[in-house]
Amino acid sequence: MTLASMARKYEARKLPEGERQATSAMIASLAAEGYATVAAPFGQALIEAAQKDERIVGLTADLGKYTDLHVFANAMPDRFYQMGMAEQVLMSAAAGLAREGFMPFATTYAVFASRRAYDFIAMAIAEENLPVKIVCALPGLTTGYGPSHQATEDIAIFRGLPNMTIIDPCDADDILGMVPEMCAHQGPVYARLLRGKVPSVLRKHKPDYKFKLGKAQPIREGRDVLVISTGLMTMRALDAAVKLAEDKVDVAVLHCPTIKPLDLETIAAEASRGGRLVVTAENHTVVGGLGEAVAAGLLSRGIAPKFRMIGLPDQFLEAGALPTLHDMYGLSVDKVAQKIREWL
Amino acid sequence: MNLASSPVARSNVSLALRAWNIRRKALLMGQVQGQGYIGQALGIADVLAASYFHALEYRSEDPEWEGRDRFLLSIGHYAIALYAVLMEAGLLPEEELETYGMDDSRMPMSGMASYTPGMEITGGSLGHGLGIAVGMAMGLKRKSNKAFVYNLMSDGELGEGSTWEAAMSGAHHKLDNLICLVDFNNQQADGKSTEMLCSEPLTEKWQAFGWHAQRVDGNDLAAVVAAFDAARDLTQAKPRVIIFDTTMCKGVPFLESREITHFVRVDADEWDKALAVLEEGKPA
Repeated sequence: MTLASMARKYEARKLPEGERQATSAMIASLAAEGYATVAAPFGQALIEAAQKDERIVGLTADLGKYTDLHVFANAMPDRFYQMGMAEQVLMSAAAGLAREGFMPFATTYAVFASRRAYDFIAMAIAEENLPVKIVCALPGLTTGYGPSHQATEDIAIFRGLPNMTIIDPCDADDILGMVPEMCAHQGPVYARLLRGKVPSVLRKHKPDYKFKLGKAQPIREGRDVLVISTGLMTMRALDAAVKLAEDKVDVAVLHCPTIKPLDLETIAAEASRGGRLVVTAENHTVVGGLGEAVAAGLLSRGIAPKFRMIGLPDQFLEAGALPTLHDMYGLSVDKVAQKIREWL
Repeated sequence: MNLASSPVARSNVSLALRAWNIRRKALLMGQVQGQGYIGQALGIADVLAASYFHALEYRSEDPEWEGRDRFLLSIGHYAIALYAVLMEAGLLPEEELETYGMDDSRMPMSGMASYTPGMEITGGSLGHGLGIAVGMAMGLKRKSNKAFVYNLMSDGELGEGSTWEAAMSGAHHKLDNLICLVDFNNQQADGKSTEMLCSEPLTEKWQAFGWHAQRVDGNDLAAVVAAFDAARDLTQAKPRVIIFDTTMCKGVPFLESREITHFVRVDADEWDKALAVLEEGKPA
């Protein structure tokens, strides 16, 4: 008997010469033009928090360097556990340490936490409401390595998990601000991470910005469009808003770094103001992320503005260079601006 | 030899009688529900008796005493057996026995930490206990707390990859305060464990993973006690495992001889019969 494989096959798009870029290494920082950067904000913030709180320990599954936890490990080697390439015991052991009174920060890639270690996060950590802080690099589409490394559905997975708080920071300001708030929060937290040289974006647009857990904050006012965004898409929305302002399109940006619990009070107040087009923007599949959460929240309150979603399609995404992929899947500044123009 | 600090544990009641009491309480709980994982409970009773009345340090009046040895039930469905020993040890009031598995009971069918005093973790999603035990053992060392962490798991859980991640981790981190107890009753949901996903040669496997490993008859109290002593007294900087070969339904011969399954069938009129048979074998 001869049987053929039924697996899918990649079909090249045959990009013209000159439009092809090289895939960058995973350790590379996310590029954002025109912004100052902060080196390893998570590692720095964790050291500062750990100096004040002796309960804090750090654990990783062979991805210390790729989650900026190595900065903490170098500074406080006796507070750090290298767990090896074993995400299930990474999460279980973090739960065990939390049972004994410690506050573990466990790091890996978002794909491995959400896919491989999910049952351990669900039962050993979330069901027990233990203060394990899970901090994961490569959220959404932030690598060109393809679906094995692209955590396009991590938020959808963790949104369904009771007790779990979910943070998708935009920039270095958010990351520096979120670490102490994660420590102050009683239960488990899942935080997405940007690592390496991380741009400082929010304070450039709003100098007094400060991360507040569970709060959505307006970063920019605008009469025509309200973009409700999270994670790095707030960065893109702000840049797109500057671009659209040149065309006399006035775009407000409401930044929601905390996805769960979602600040629906602020979102509803903003969305019901002034008859603006409401657009959600997230670095995540449109299934089960910020967009659907906002839509459900607004409809449940009887608020039904003109509503559109920017996010990743319900597909396994391609491999390639990140700028190419962001353009292709609609996360680039140009594509965000273009979509908003079309929808107005 | 380590004596448990509980006055109950220091009493003159023999381990054999403790094991018998555990079996009896488990049968009474099974009778309440008309069902239960009674085969496993009867099989593991001797190991639990040796755990709570020979090996573990704890205080009956204070289940969360910081100095206690931690006993993790990775196999959540063995809760019926753990409730029985917790009652015997004075950690759970015996009056609650008849609430087992009922609405509003502190004793759900599958063990959960938030429900029951003395239940350290929520088991049931199999292959979780040993990893949590690794973290607790690390935590105890950080606190310079000399307590041991015991993790009771089943032979079926040896099929879970997470068990072996945790096994490697325990050895890598030299967790000499970690003692894993494996109930090898050679039975899991679909049949004999050795026919589902064979874990043999098991002692050698644990040794290869860096553990001090013993394998004993889990229904021979003297052998069980000796194995606990050897595990606790070992001075090598490595975690310890004891594999207990046990007989499902031990102590109730007509159930022992029944075609044994994961969820052993006991008819409504057989609970009294089982209790009567057990009564005949009551130790002095």
